[in-house]
Amino acid sequence: MSRVDNPRRAAAAARNRLLPEGRVGGPMPWVIAIMMFLTILAAAAGLGLANGLWTLRGELAGRSTVQLVEADRVVRDALAQRIATRLRALPAVAAVDIVPQSALADQLRPWLGEAADGTDLPVPALIDISVRPEASAQAMAEIRTALNRIAPQTRIEAHAAYLAPVERLMRSLMWLAALLVALMLVATGAVVMLAARGAHAANRATIDILHLMGATDVQVARLFQRRTALDALFGGALGLVTAAGAIMLLGDRLAATGSELTGLVHLPGWAWVILPLIPVGAVLLAMLTARTTVRRALERSL
Amino acid sequence: MDSKRAVRTAVFWGVSLSLMSTIIQFENVGLRYGPGAETLSDISFSLVTGGFYFLTGTSGAGKTSLLKLLYLAQRPSRGVLRLFGEDVVMLHRSRLPGFRRRIGVVFQDFRLVPHLSTYDNIALPLRVAGLGEDRIAEPVREMMEWVGLGDRADARPATLSGGEQQRVAIARAVIGRPDILVADEPTGNVDPDMAQRLIGLFEALNRLGTTIVIATHDLPLISTIAHAQMMRLDKGRLIDPTGSLRYPPGHAPAPVEEGRA
Repeated sequence: MSRVDNPRRAAAAARNRLLPEGRVGGPMPWVIAIMMFLTILAAAAGLGLANGLWTLRGELAGRSTVQLVEADRVVRDALAQRIATRLRALPAVAAVDIVPQSALADQLRPWLGEAADGTDLPVPALIDISVRPEASAQAMAEIRTALNRIAPQTRIEAHAAYLAPVERLMRSLMWLAALLVALMLVATGAVVMLAARGAHAANRATIDILHLMGATDVQVARLFQRRTALDALFGGALGLVTAAGAIMLLGDRLAATGSELTGLVHLPGWAWVILPLIPVGAVLLAMLTARTTVRRALERSL
Repeated sequence: MDSKRAVRTAVFWGVSLSLMSTIIQFENVGLRYGPGAETLSDISFSLVTGGFYFLTGTSGAGKTSLLKLLYLAQRPSRGVLRLFGEDVVMLHRSRLPGFRRRIGVVFQDFRLVPHLSTYDNIALPLRVAGLGEDRIAEPVREMMEWVGLGDRADARPATLSGGEQQRVAIARAVIGRPDILVADEPTGNVDPDMAQRLIGLFEALNRLGTTIVIATHDLPLISTIAHAQMMRLDKGRLIDPTGSLRYPPGHAPAPVEEGRA
């Protein structure tokens, strides 16, 4: 194909040749790939934690456990049934479940062994209750009063209270991940700025010639912007693919633990729409940074 | 009889030159690099559109510095420099590209882009001006043939001889049919035949209306252009500043024509 068979393609190819290949590129695509890999991992961690936190809040909201300590098993079971019946009658209570003795034994078995199945063991009765979301503090007070009337030795504990440290930890980690994403994007911008400055200095002679031929700052900056975009696109795509692989692998390993708590931290479907936007944003950021850096450098010349 | 002819000739040239407009005007221009003494001092002259000018002087006289002012690589430290009727000393830098596109430059050191082919180097001004490839290929091919480099289209500058590089530089300077052509020792590295051929190219361009300014030491070259005028620099000053070049015959320095840029 001759130079003029496809003028537009030929013009683009000619423009691309104005800066020597590899001078601008160099290590930048690989550095951006590493940055994107880390940024996407941090973002995935943040999104996973945010999702886990949201799920945890939903699950814990309004849920409490009533603990009934009574050495006599028959009395304990009878009291538990009375409490359950009374609580079900209260309008603020949505659900009441007496935790089966077998479930309690399962939880104790790792410590007590076969003794956990013994009927003589004074294990407290546990009753899980769910309070309606619209229930007021007064409704909670009514529940406590009702429990005290039936059995003063009962204790009620909101799940949110004993999982509050976990929630705080998850929230801190989520914000830390968000901070890491922001820092990584700033660092990416700084890398591009340094690379653009270096490329500008390395190509100074060519730029001077272009200027003396009448090239505008925008024309020259566009050359760098385009090259930077290609580098960032390559780095971003590589970072995304490797990070996606790592996230899926970690997700499988996390699921394999079988832990309810770690199971909370999983990446929802919508996160897979957000994560690819990070390298896209990085490409735009890199282009803008390169353009601004080169134009500022050009403005210092005549 | 001879005196009558001389008068008629003088009247003819006077009328002709008065119809020409000033394209380059220097008024008490000084140029200083850094804190030292001035490289150029009190330079005043006017060049008309379509003129052919040689700039001579010993090494270090300031020829290259004066040319830099002409192709807007430098701005004067003082004085007034008008190109195409506009004062470029105070001109905002965003308007300089428009002026530069009207000026072709042959650098003494050629300044070819090292990673571009002969074809791409020559096509550079046209691409900078935004011409499509379909409008570039033919003139570039023609120009390459003209300067005898038709078979070196894909050659990089490093593989060309000094003379070939000079021809590429000249082709690049004239390909865009500039209003002003500024050349620094354009025939310094070519054989006499090619030098004559290149001067022919400059003359052809001059006949089309381009103002030519050539800095050279080559006195025989100067004598080949009958209608050319000469400026001489010595230690940064124009010698005989009251001579005909200060203001070309029949043309006052002001008012100047509005520029096209």
